[in-house]
Amino acid sequence: MARTIAFREALREAMSEEMRRDERVFLMGEEVAEYNGAYKVSQGMLAEFGPKRVIDTPIAELGFTAVGVGAAQNGLRPVVEFMTWNFAVLALDQILNTASKMLAMSGGQISCPIVFRGGNGSAGQLGAQHSTAFEALYANIPGIKVVSPSNPYDAKGLLKQAIRYEEDPVMFMESEQMYGDKMEVPEEEYYIELGKADVKRAGTDVTIVSFNKMMKVALGAAAELEKEGVSAEVIDLRSIRPLDWQTILESVKKTNRLVIVEEQWPFASVSSEIAYRIQKEGFDYLDAPIRRITAADAPLHYAPNLVAAALPNVERTVKIVKEVMYTKK
Amino acid sequence: MATKFSKETYLYWYELMQLIRQFELMAEEKYKMEGKIRGFFHAYVGQEAIAAGCMTATRAEDLFITAYRDHGLALAKGISADSCMAELYGKATGCAKGKGGSMHFFGKKENFYGGHGIVGAQIGTGTGLAFAEKYRGTDNVVLCYFGDGAARQGILHESFNLAMLWKLPVIYICENNNYAMGTSVERTSNVTDIYKLADAYEMPADMFDGMSAETVHEGISRAVKRAREGGGPTLIEIKTYRYKGHSISDPQKYRTKEEVEEYRSKDPIAQVMHTILENKFATEEDLKVIDERIDAVVNNSVKFAEESPWPDDSEVLKDIYVDQNYPFIVD
Repeated sequence: MARTIAFREALREAMSEEMRRDERVFLMGEEVAEYNGAYKVSQGMLAEFGPKRVIDTPIAELGFTAVGVGAAQNGLRPVVEFMTWNFAVLALDQILNTASKMLAMSGGQISCPIVFRGGNGSAGQLGAQHSTAFEALYANIPGIKVVSPSNPYDAKGLLKQAIRYEEDPVMFMESEQMYGDKMEVPEEEYYIELGKADVKRAGTDVTIVSFNKMMKVALGAAAELEKEGVSAEVIDLRSIRPLDWQTILESVKKTNRLVIVEEQWPFASVSSEIAYRIQKEGFDYLDAPIRRITAADAPLHYAPNLVAAALPNVERTVKIVKEVMYTKK
Repeated sequence: MATKFSKETYLYWYELMQLIRQFELMAEEKYKMEGKIRGFFHAYVGQEAIAAGCMTATRAEDLFITAYRDHGLALAKGISADSCMAELYGKATGCAKGKGGSMHFFGKKENFYGGHGIVGAQIGTGTGLAFAEKYRGTDNVVLCYFGDGAARQGILHESFNLAMLWKLPVIYICENNNYAMGTSVERTSNVTDIYKLADAYEMPADMFDGMSAETVHEGISRAVKRAREGGGPTLIEIKTYRYKGHSISDPQKYRTKEEVEEYRSKDPIAQVMHTILENKFATEEDLKVIDERIDAVVNNSVKFAEESPWPDDSEVLKDIYVDQNYPFIVD
């Protein structure tokens, strides 16, 4: 039986179901307990699980991240919420230098099964320090996994998978602008394996790859293009690390054209990695250069027109697709 | 005159401290004379009484986590000299399979959680180890070591606040050897008594001499008792001294030879030896037998390390993920 729930409820169900199953799982972060979550993701969880397992922290990202990492190394399975991934930069030392490296440095002895999650990327006119999308930065780090879902169904299945089955640190990237998105989600429990992209729309003329809230741009562009007789295949990556480039390659073998839409800064971004991989593995299948639409190579400004000008949108995506189609203007 | 501890305790301390000292001296020789060991290398020589006193004040189930000056505590926790020396050599039989090196010794079954190279980071991670013990309801404690240099890092303050807020069973041990690499304590903060940093968090604190295993045992025992009984963390500043430089490449121009000699006159091993002989717990001959046993252990560890294989090249992509099917990027 499916019912319609919001993205935030999907995340809450994922955490609550896994906490009911496993005493070692707990949630920790700023405002997660008594305030019921800055974005109401954890609403009601304190009431169900109590203060031992739903834990408010002081505003000390490095400190509580370190506590989570140490607890994971010592047998627990923490879920650590960042109010936004922008604040997690303060905790990067623990993620990059401890969580991601300890299994290697200890010769396989000390693992770190932990999930870090929270809002990521821009969410309107929040100014430069609350608007960075971090998938590419974290995906650069061996030893961790990076998940970035685009809808409530995927979010629930992927988060449950991360909490229950992943023995390695998982960075789980959400979006403040998606927490209210609604969708039909089954009552029954389900899990989605990490590292598997999802073909959201089949097509024959061009492949558009995206993830997280930029999937809306990708799908919006595909709908526009359809009106003009262009059939776009749209792929949702869901996991950034590991990256399911084989699914992209299979699509490109069919369409011979690839456009990537993402909210990262352009330098060494997710699209850079995809472009490298596809030119290497699928050079003979390409009929046009691989193109991309990224965030502007700048911090995100405040003014609404500057926000709009800096981020990918349907119009720019349609234009780039037409360029790789060599469509006459 | 009655001694504070049993004959067995003094003999255990003597043997453990000799093991650490002889191991370090041998490793340094292999580094400097033969180039068999590479990378950053920080010796524990002079600080052995801390390891000795902490061992008798705790149980095997208690966890230790420290910074990069980690050989002494790793040996104390029971990681074999063989696997420690092999780790220094970078061999597959090392306590981290040759992937850690001098700064990153680990022994999960010995409850030794490393061996950390980012100054102060282990203060936070160690706080998390203690969080897990409390969460599970054990009465195990975590001994979390750091140097005077790390006392100036922000993570110390965030950790102290959290550990006091949640009354975590962690004992923060600042091994104050007076120098953060080449910068003396006086040159790093207006507050030179590091134990006073606990005051801002109303954390119990203590400060004592680290050249005496007896003093260390007594001081650590008080903090361990408090932590086991749910009384939360303690900050302990132990005044110690490293005879050697910060690392093997340190010319030590920031301190005088006289200063080093003054501390050598308080040598922790000599102190315990004096107590043993004075109280006739053993004769000089008996101690010589122990020394010879230690020599054999250390010499064997060199032989073991030299005869051990290098890690296979395929190890480059192993122990990165627990997930055995992780699709690495390989070009």
